[in-house]
Amino acid sequence: MDAALIPEGAKRCSFPKFTIGIAIVGAILLWGVFAMGLIWWKGLNQTNMNDYYGFAIWIWADLAVIAVGGGAFFTGLLRYIFKIDELKNIINFAVIIGFICYSSALLILAIDIGQPLRGWFIFWHANVHSMLTEVAFCLSAYFAVLTIEFIPNILENRQAQKVPFFHHLAHNMHGVMAVFAATGAFLSFFHQGSLGGVAGVMYGRPFAVREGLLIWPWTFFLFTWSAAAFGPCFTLLVTRITEAVTRKKLVKDNVVHLLAKISGWMIVTYIVAKIIDTIYWAMVTAPSLGFTLSHFYTNNSFYGYWILITEIVLCGVIPGAILIMKSTRENSKLRLIAIILGVIGVCLNRWVMVLQIMAVPVMSFDTWALYFPSWQEIATTILPIAYGIILIALAYRYLPVFPQEQELNPVEPATEVE
Amino acid sequence: MFPFCFEWVWDMAHAIFFGGFWYAISILGAGMTYCILKAAYDTMNDSGESHH
Repeated sequence: MDAALIPEGAKRCSFPKFTIGIAIVGAILLWGVFAMGLIWWKGLNQTNMNDYYGFAIWIWADLAVIAVGGGAFFTGLLRYIFKIDELKNIINFAVIIGFICYSSALLILAIDIGQPLRGWFIFWHANVHSMLTEVAFCLSAYFAVLTIEFIPNILENRQAQKVPFFHHLAHNMHGVMAVFAATGAFLSFFHQGSLGGVAGVMYGRPFAVREGLLIWPWTFFLFTWSAAAFGPCFTLLVTRITEAVTRKKLVKDNVVHLLAKISGWMIVTYIVAKIIDTIYWAMVTAPSLGFTLSHFYTNNSFYGYWILITEIVLCGVIPGAILIMKSTRENSKLRLIAIILGVIGVCLNRWVMVLQIMAVPVMSFDTWALYFPSWQEIATTILPIAYGIILIALAYRYLPVFPQEQELNPVEPATEVE
Repeated sequence: MFPFCFEWVWDMAHAIFFGGFWYAISILGAGMTYCILKAAYDTMNDSGESHH
């Protein structure tokens, strides 16, 4: 039915099977859209946010998708600026994942602000002393970069390529992509950093506050670094999931090994910096503010030392070690474990830096404030996952996302395109 | 916000925030304008050589 749109020489499932799959995920998407409508219609009273939790699960989801979406800017930087040619075989998919992550982040923010019709205020009535203003500027501009990076791939659709203007436009955009990639790296450095900077400058929150360099707390640099380190892990993980779903090899091993190796070294250097930061904070910063380390990890039913050890050792040191050693990196099972741990680790880091900050008692008369999101918050947080699955399915079906797919999966002429 | 808006103040914070923002937007705008104009030119003078 849609055979004319499917890339030449590629084999895809039948249209009815594809439609059923989209419908199932679409039902989850509609659940999220319904919850989103409720929140826009009735307001933020649909959430479990309160005076303790002005930042809640949405901001964690926002920071997490932005961190894992960092694979797009970092892979783009490696491909177009550092000219690592092998990565051309995965850059399209990294851009699509980045596009999904950043559009999801903007959608979540549009829900979170409560008054979406006033979303433009941040540009027009900007508070130029706020790191969050910088985040909003860079996030919006970087989403424009990702859209620009995604456009050539869309224009390479089999039918779109028949239109001469689209063919030339895609060609020309490829020609100047390095300029867009460099702009994207510049914007990403600042918005990833500023998201960490927001936590680091909270002087009233001893769990978060850090010393730093000039106006930037160390969390500024750690956030950028961790996004560049763990973002490629997410790209590799989604690639692996796509390969499992399609039952095809889509990217050659040498490309995967290379990206995993770069990610591994970034994780190792990041985790060393993170350990130093944590020790300094525990031994110097927090005590100077009148707090001991145990204050942040005891006397509550959820946040224990386990979360610190899981984030740094289990989901930082271990994946880093697996990915830097050739023998373990090239073992597909161990590599998969490492990239899953890496993705969990960066999400856990964002959880700690958003939600544990809010939970820790600050005043002497205060107690731990734990929080559980409402179903509307959960539904709207799952919404971007469903949207992402649908967009990846559409892109994989109709666009030449993986340049090595045909070479790795030759199609017999008689069975070409169902 | 633009410099001709009543809320604008000529200070370092506005210059850095909006300078960086408009700088990035200008690069993206100029890049896309170049690509679109060149694509239109190439289409009108189609030599069939372009490929990627």
